[in-house]
Amino acid sequence: MHMADALISPAVGATMWTATAGLIAYSSKKIKQAADDRKIPLMGVLGAFIFAAQMINFSIPGTGSSGHLGGGMILAILLGPYAAFLVMASVLIVQALFFGDGGLLALGCNIFNMGFLSCFIAYSLVYRKIVGDKPTQGKIVAGSLAAAIIGLQLGALGVVLETVFSGISELPFRTFLLLMQPIHLAIGIVEGMVTAAVVMFVYQARPEILNAVSSFKPIGRLDLKKVIVGFLLAAIFIGGGLSWFASSHPDGLEWAMFKTSGKAELDSPGQLHTALAAVQDKTAFMPDYGFKNTEAASISEPEVKPVWPAIDLGTSLSGLIGGGLIFLIIFLIGFGFRRREVTT
Amino acid sequence: MNNIGKNYFDIGYMDTLAQGDSWLHQLDPRAKLITTLLFIIAVVSFGKYTIWAFIPFFLYPVFLIAAGGLPGGYLFKKVLLVSPFAILLGIFNPLIDREIILHIGTIGISGGWISFLSVLIRFVLTVIGALLLVALTGFNSVCEALRKLGVPKPFVIQLMFFYRYLFVLTDEAQRMERARALRSFHSGFMKYRTFVSVIGYLLLRTLDRAERIYYAMCCRGFDGQIHRLTSLKSRSRDFSFISVWLILFIVFRIYNIPEALGAWVMGCLG
Repeated sequence: MHMADALISPAVGATMWTATAGLIAYSSKKIKQAADDRKIPLMGVLGAFIFAAQMINFSIPGTGSSGHLGGGMILAILLGPYAAFLVMASVLIVQALFFGDGGLLALGCNIFNMGFLSCFIAYSLVYRKIVGDKPTQGKIVAGSLAAAIIGLQLGALGVVLETVFSGISELPFRTFLLLMQPIHLAIGIVEGMVTAAVVMFVYQARPEILNAVSSFKPIGRLDLKKVIVGFLLAAIFIGGGLSWFASSHPDGLEWAMFKTSGKAELDSPGQLHTALAAVQDKTAFMPDYGFKNTEAASISEPEVKPVWPAIDLGTSLSGLIGGGLIFLIIFLIGFGFRRREVTT
Repeated sequence: MNNIGKNYFDIGYMDTLAQGDSWLHQLDPRAKLITTLLFIIAVVSFGKYTIWAFIPFFLYPVFLIAAGGLPGGYLFKKVLLVSPFAILLGIFNPLIDREIILHIGTIGISGGWISFLSVLIRFVLTVIGALLLVALTGFNSVCEALRKLGVPKPFVIQLMFFYRYLFVLTDEAQRMERARALRSFHSGFMKYRTFVSVIGYLLLRTLDRAERIYYAMCCRGFDGQIHRLTSLKSRSRDFSFISVWLILFIVFRIYNIPEALGAWVMGCLG
């Protein structure tokens, strides 16, 4: 369930990046306050463990498919929410850089979906509430199962919302939601069972490890209210700011492209009108459709049509020819540099 | 080679690529990190029916691959391997957006197919951008760049630890998986119960290892810092690297060069 760069808009990507950066700064501060040197190597090595464990597959009984560990919840149970969040973020950064799983711009979304939602929300509000201060076998199993399922449901919801807000994929909200939630319910149950079993395994072999985490107050306790309020403020500020920018600016750019495609030699009031029409196009997309059309037609020159989706054969053919030529030029440049590299 | 071995090889190979000595490898990692982000933002900012305007952006990966002496085929294959998720979500576009917006001869192409193609191009560009960053810079230098750009220290230090032990633990996981496979006649994926105890033991070993590492580091005077011999210094060519690409990205973003060129060629031909 990694979000990909290809599916998100810059506004969504930047919003989630800001939120995630804030969370990383906040969690780092908490770790520093706890002044526990031991924790930092432990975090790094456990991150490597999660990474390695994700590569081991097991067969899911009765389905013929295979599954693997996600790991966010195990980390939270072993390390507490702040440290676990930082470790999940690291795992996702390495996956993005080395394997292209999710991209750099989508990193904020992915860290939020798989790190924040499981380590902060599901762990703090579900696992901790069920397990409490005195873990028993039954409580640990119930807690990890419930927390893993809820964490994955929230993560899936996050993917749906981010995709729909970005508007690159055409999937409508309802369909996508109905597609994602049941799949992630199944994944969540498997993840929950594995988490519960592994945590039980550790609990039986080395109970002191889990007891140490659950009695470790400075990192175990979470000021969730502060985190959420901060996140909401960041989201509103960035999202609002960027979408204002996004709704007025790209139209200017589209208008610029329009101009360079060699069609409209407009004088300056004309340009203004075109730009305004384009802005209107974007801002009033659903209601009073007819009104918008007539308005646009009356203020613009006859040949000024909305740029998209109005490809006619002429421009698409020129795009094809021009695109092919540019491709050729780029590869020639590439070969040129390659050769020089060899000869020097 | 099994799944683990493949991934293990991949990470090691990307790190080997980063050991190269082209002038691109020697640039300040911050310059490459910033340029990569600018590239991705520029690509992602296009409207959803864009196709032709993306083409000039291929200059960036092609140039870096050529001038950095990287194996283009290997990187491209890597991009194809991760594409299923984008295809999975993009493939719904042709089913839902059926309005015909492009005619080639008598064949009408719906907006959905165009936006699907656009998603795929976006995907190739953004993924290869991220892969190139690591292949030209190396992970530790990326971490250092993050630190210098103001990412909090505890986070960066554990990130470096993580990367350091990635190889150790992947190796360990691979050995455990191989031992299991040999003892069970290579019977495909492991059973759930086996999986739990393999993971459980791996986790216990990891925790012990973390403890040992910590004590060993304390003996060597670890004080919460990681020191490096070389320090980052920005030179003028790092700034010019960023600025040249920034200008190019802006030009590519504003002017639809392929269409303009195509229109001009068609004009010349009559």
